[in-house]
This record gives sequence, structure tokens and C-alpha cells, in this order.
Amino acid sequence: MTLQLTDLQRQLLGTFFEESFEGLEQLETGLLALERSSKADPETINDVFRVAHSIKGGAGSFGLAAISRLAHEMETLLDGFRAGALSPTPDALSLLLEGVDGLRGMLEATRDERGYSEESLGRLCERLKAASARSAPHPAAPAEPQSPPAARSERTFAFRFEPHSHLLESGNEPVRLLRELARLGALKLEVDRSRLPGLRALEPNLCYLGWHGTLRGAVTLAEIKEVFAWVEGDADLEVTEVVADGAVTPAARQPTTNEEPVAPKTEAAPAATPGAANAPAATAARGDAEAGLGSIRVAVDKIDLLMNMVGELVITQSMLGELEGDGPLDAHRVERLREGLGLLARNTRSLQESVMRLRSMPIGIVFNRFPRLVHDLGRQLGKEVELKIAGQNTELDKTVLEKLGDPLVHLVRNSLDHGIEAPELRRAAGKPELGTLELRAYHRGGDIVVEVVDDGKGIDRTRVIARAREMGILGPDEEPGEDALRDILFAPGFSTAKEVTNVSGRGVGMDVVRRNVKSLGGDVFVDTTPGRGTRISLRLPLTLAIIDGQLIRVGVHAYVVPLLSIVESVQVEPRRVTRFQGQRDIYRLRDELIPMMDLCEVLGVSGQRVSVDEALMVVVEADGEHVGLLVHELLAQQQVVVKSLESNYGRVEGLAGATILGDGSVSFILDVAGIGRLMRRSHAREGVRAA
Amino acid sequence: MAKIMTVDDSVSLRKLVAQTLAGAGHDVAEAANGADALSTAKQKTFDLIISDLNMPGMDGLSFVRQLRQLAAYRTVPVLILTTEMDPAKKKEAKEAGATGWLVKPFDPSQLLATIRKVLD
Repeated sequence: MTLQLTDLQRQLLGTFFEESFEGLEQLETGLLALERSSKADPETINDVFRVAHSIKGGAGSFGLAAISRLAHEMETLLDGFRAGALSPTPDALSLLLEGVDGLRGMLEATRDERGYSEESLGRLCERLKAASARSAPHPAAPAEPQSPPAARSERTFAFRFEPHSHLLESGNEPVRLLRELARLGALKLEVDRSRLPGLRALEPNLCYLGWHGTLRGAVTLAEIKEVFAWVEGDADLEVTEVVADGAVTPAARQPTTNEEPVAPKTEAAPAATPGAANAPAATAARGDAEAGLGSIRVAVDKIDLLMNMVGELVITQSMLGELEGDGPLDAHRVERLREGLGLLARNTRSLQESVMRLRSMPIGIVFNRFPRLVHDLGRQLGKEVELKIAGQNTELDKTVLEKLGDPLVHLVRNSLDHGIEAPELRRAAGKPELGTLELRAYHRGGDIVVEVVDDGKGIDRTRVIARAREMGILGPDEEPGEDALRDILFAPGFSTAKEVTNVSGRGVGMDVVRRNVKSLGGDVFVDTTPGRGTRISLRLPLTLAIIDGQLIRVGVHAYVVPLLSIVESVQVEPRRVTRFQGQRDIYRLRDELIPMMDLCEVLGVSGQRVSVDEALMVVVEADGEHVGLLVHELLAQQQVVVKSLESNYGRVEGLAGATILGDGSVSFILDVAGIGRLMRRSHAREGVRAA
Repeated sequence: MAKIMTVDDSVSLRKLVAQTLAGAGHDVAEAANGADALSTAKQKTFDLIISDLNMPGMDGLSFVRQLRQLAAYRTVPVLILTTEMDPAKKKEAKEAGATGWLVKPFDPSQLLATIRKVLD
């Protein structure tokens, strides 16, 4: 499909594609939002309409007629919503979502210079037309080029043109119009000055003149009217044709607009459920497009940070340069040299981290495609599912992100297909008909965890074992342990599903999922409760983790508490503290009882205790429970780069890693859950001792 | 030759118009929305303004209405660039103070010809 484009159009085509893809995302989000809410929000409808309208106009301006046509059909339907003539039913919205896929596909095909199916485009347009058939006057189709005028003979027209006084205030100028008229043929003009006031009463912005005359030439009435098209309503205009024998024929009014007739369909528009082939194909196509991300968008502040690092490097370099000189290296110079080298090492490390940071992107980018996927699949499977997303700001390296997409899609499909039950079954089981699917991402102890959680029927252990025995994976009397059970679940071809569905197939994907995650250095874990639901956790090691941290001081040391874990920080009021013999102190915060922990003790900071009178308490959430950490001081809040303790030293319970602060000192990052465990363990010990 | 401002929230379309006009020797300024266009109009004077109708925030009609309230722009030609051919929409535009309209998609030579006529 070749496009005839001007150089200018070609230059700007890339920009047009970018804008359009962004617009389509907005359009999709808007349509999904309309579907979720029971009331059609007029603002959302407007926004969605605007995008379709924009794409229609843009595509037309770049010569992409087919794309413009599809956008036009969608716009017509959306205009029906806007005008209140049509209601945004789930069927209509699904049809529009198909339109979104269609537009996306066509734009991609055009951009990559591939073809697309004209036939399926035609069918989609027909269905959209049918769905909007009942609407009132709708926006006109994209303008058709005018056909060249047939050969014509000379005609004579008499006209009278009397502008209303305010015509000039629309920016129109009678002289210009008359000049245009003069270009059409031989013009004879006479001016009518009757309304012209004296000079003193003359207002420069008002028009007082009128004209009448004749125009002779190979012109049509339409062409004459065209000249005055902009001032229709702002002037009195009469044009009549003067026929050879002197008789005057009053001019017939001719429509100057181009409207496409709407053929109302008599058969009911079957806004069909998206065919099984379509939905996976569409998302697969998108997956491919995203997989090879050749370029990335980088937030400007990341680049600024990079610039700063480079600046510091330059300073360090010049400092080292200064040490060059004549004379032997005395102790003083050696000392300065050492300092300089240390600084250089830090600068280089910072620079390295900053560059790696450029490659990290929020997981929200991957999570973003799921609202649409869940919506389409839900409809297809006849299941009602609500998708919840948490932790979309968690940042991951770009390559990890790209590899995560397909496994997640597979897991989500599995959950929807085999996990979440049909509404009737859920009702019978006493569950709400609306199933819940959660996508979560968070940092835990130096890993990043991505979870797919559903409240479906869970995985039945006995059935798994039975099936495994059937398949010969397990011996008839073998009772597998937890790990073995997990291996079975991820065995190639393993499935307890009785039927193969189009959606997730026969569970062939699970082993691929595990393989993919393992290739990233991570692993997959399954936590399931029959009847209640399943949680699949992907644990990935972080190449680079950056977290928002709260620096705290305990004694002379600074530690970092992950900001996400912090609930609040309070100044300790001794009267709210209750001491228990042999157990922890408890703090009464409003109506909650919070166990207090002296971090000095936990971390083994020798010789110091945080006395309750001068302490600050940082309330953190650890494994769902609140714990109050006693510290001496709250320092700054900042982003810190997590360095793995495990790879540099060894695993330490209670510590999630370490970081290097701006002054070069090392600060440990607390693993709040680990600290909670340490606390409980020492409770138990003390409890035993006291007993 | 003339000082023209083009207003459109779509970057590609805005540049299409702007660069077509600049190529013909006009001095073109751009604005991405009605509010920016108004403040630019207050700072510089233009011989002609071309605006899209369909913009977020302040739409084209509101922009034209507010523009006409500025003394310097009472009679300056303002063209709206639109795919709408609906007579009702045209009437609305005229009532808001627009001089005329240009149809999208536009033919570059036609755009330039229309501009020439308006600026003569």
C-alpha cells in the first residue's frame, strides 16, 4: 500500500503515529471506564469522542483514507452517545474496542509498510454503521474531493449584496469578496451609499455599504454562492440568473454541504462478542510491537541526575589533575591522591547507577495492557472479574520488564479460565459473583515480587496428585512434598483441566512461564487454598533496586527504612507505654496496641539503648502487623540504591540490603518483615526463660 | 509575509499547517491550546489566526469568542480548521466570531490560496 505523500507529510508522519497511538490508549482507557461504571460519564464520552475525531482528521490530513474512514464510523457512534441518542451498552463499547484494535493494527501496518485486510476493515465499518444507524444527524463523512466541472457556457447573473453592519467584526472584508467575484468573470458593480452616515457618526468597525451588479462568465450559481459562503447570515444576498430573452429566473437554493446518506439497517445489528481468534491475536500483535522496544522514554529528571554525576566526575578529575606536578610525591600529596581516588570510585559508581537507572521503568507499563485483556477475556468466558492493580510504580530493568509480559499474560489467562468460577458457581459457593484478580508488584528483601492473585476455586491438591498419577509423573503410592508438588504443576503438559479452551490451552504454558522466570534468575511460587483462591508469585532478583527510604539514626549509625513500610512516625509519650515483665513494651496509639522494638537491641548496636523518654517511634507494617521501631532521630527522606548484602557478604535476617549514602558511608536497609520475625523469636526465647 | 498563528492540540497537524504556511514565506507562530493562544495573541499581533475546533480545555469556539473580546483582534480574520461540514456547526462558529472555515483534510495549495485571499 503506497502512500502519495508530500515531503512535509512524510516528515511529520512519525509524529502523527506517535500521537495516534497515545490517543488510542486514552480511547481504550475511556471505553473501559465507561463499561465499568453504571452511569455514563459525559466527560469521559466527550474525551473519547475527541480522540476518535482527532484521529479521523489527522489520518485524512496524511492521506490515510481507510484509517480515517474507520475512525469516522467510531466517531459517529460516539457522537450518538454524546447526543444521548444512543446509550453506551456493553455491546456497543466492545464494538468500539474492536475499532480501537482495528485502528491500532492499521496504524502499525502503515507505519511498518505492511498490508492489512481491507475485507475485515469493511466488515468492522459495517457493524459500526449498523450500531449507529438510529442516531440523529451525525457528522459528515470525510470530505470527498470535488469532481471537475463539466464544460459550461457563458451565463449572466444579477446580484445584490448588502452586508449587515457587523459583518466586518467577523474578520470578513466585502472588498475581498467582491475581488473574488471579479475573478470569476466580468463584473459590473454599483455601490449603494444610502446607509452611510456623516463622518462624525461613522464607526470604523461597522459596514454601511451595499452593492449590486452583474457577473458574466462561465460560472455556475454554486460558484457565486461559494464566494459568499462565509458571510451567509451576515449579509443579504440575492443572486438571480438573467436569461437571454430578458426573463429572470430566481436562483434555486443549492446545498453546499456534502453529506453521506445513512442507510438504516433493518436487521438487528449483531454486535458480536469478539471472536476467540481476534482477542488473542490483537493482544499478541501488541505484545510483539512492545517486545522490541528500540527506544525508551526517559524522565527528564533522570537525565538531570546524570548530568550532575558527570559534573562531579569532572570536578574530581580536575582535582586529581592538580596533584600532578614536579617534585616527589610527599605524604601530603599521597593522601590527597588517595582521597581523590576514593572520590573517583564513588563518582564512577554513581554514574553507573544513574545510567542503569535510565533502563529501569515502572512495571505499570506492563500492567497497563491488562485492563483490556481482562475485560475481553471476561466477556469471552462469561465471567465477571474486577482487576486490581497495585505497585505499578515499582521499577524494573527494561529487559526484565520485556520478558515479564508474556508469562504474566499466561498466568492471568489461567486465573480467568481455570481459577475464577462462573458467576452461578460462585453464587452457589457463597462468593460474590464478581471475581477479583489482583496484579501486585513490590520489593521484598532484595527481590522484586510480582503476584497474580485470584479469589477463584484454587488448586485442589488431591486432584493434582490424582492427575499426576494418571500421567505417570507420580507413582501410585508416592506422596509428594511441597516442592515436588510445585514441580508437578509446572511440568510440561500438565493440566487438571477437563477441557481444552481456546484461551489458555491445556496448561502448556506453565512450564514456559517457569523457564522464562528462571532465565531471569528468579522463580515461581504457588500458594493456593481450594475454594478460596490462588496466588502465584514471581520472584525476581533485582539487578538494580531503587527505593524511597527514610533515613533514621540509631546511636551513631544511620539506617534506611523503606518508605513503603512506614505507616507513621510519632514522638513517644511515656504515658502511653505499658511495660510487660519479660516481654516487649506496648504503645497505645489511638485505639491500637503496638509492640515496640528498640532498634539498638535488635541490631546489636552496642552500649546504646533508646530510652523511651527521648525516642521517636516509627510505626511500620510487617507482614500485615504494625510494629513500632524506636529510633533516636529521623533524618532525610531520599531515594537509595539497594546493594545486595547476599552477594557481597551473606544473608542477614532483618536487613534487606545496604546502600552507600552521599557522604560515602554505608547504611543498612532494614527488612521490616525480617525485623518483625527477629522480634517474635526473641520474645519466644525470653518467654521460655521467664517460664 | 504575514504573521499567522496556528492553534491545534495535535502536534502533527499543527506542524503540517505551520510548515505549509512557513514554506510560503509567512511568519508562523504555534499554540497547542486555546489558553496559550490567547496569551500569545496578547503579546504579539497577528494578521491571521487559524484554529482547530476540537481541543481539550478551551475548545476552538471559546477561544474565538474570547479572542474577539480583545480590541486588537476585533476584525482580524480567524479561520477555523475543521472536518465538520455540518451547517449548524458553521453557524455556531460564525456566531462565535469566526471569519470562515477551512476544511480538513486540506490541500496545501488550497490552504495557501485561501490564506492569500483573506490577507489581501
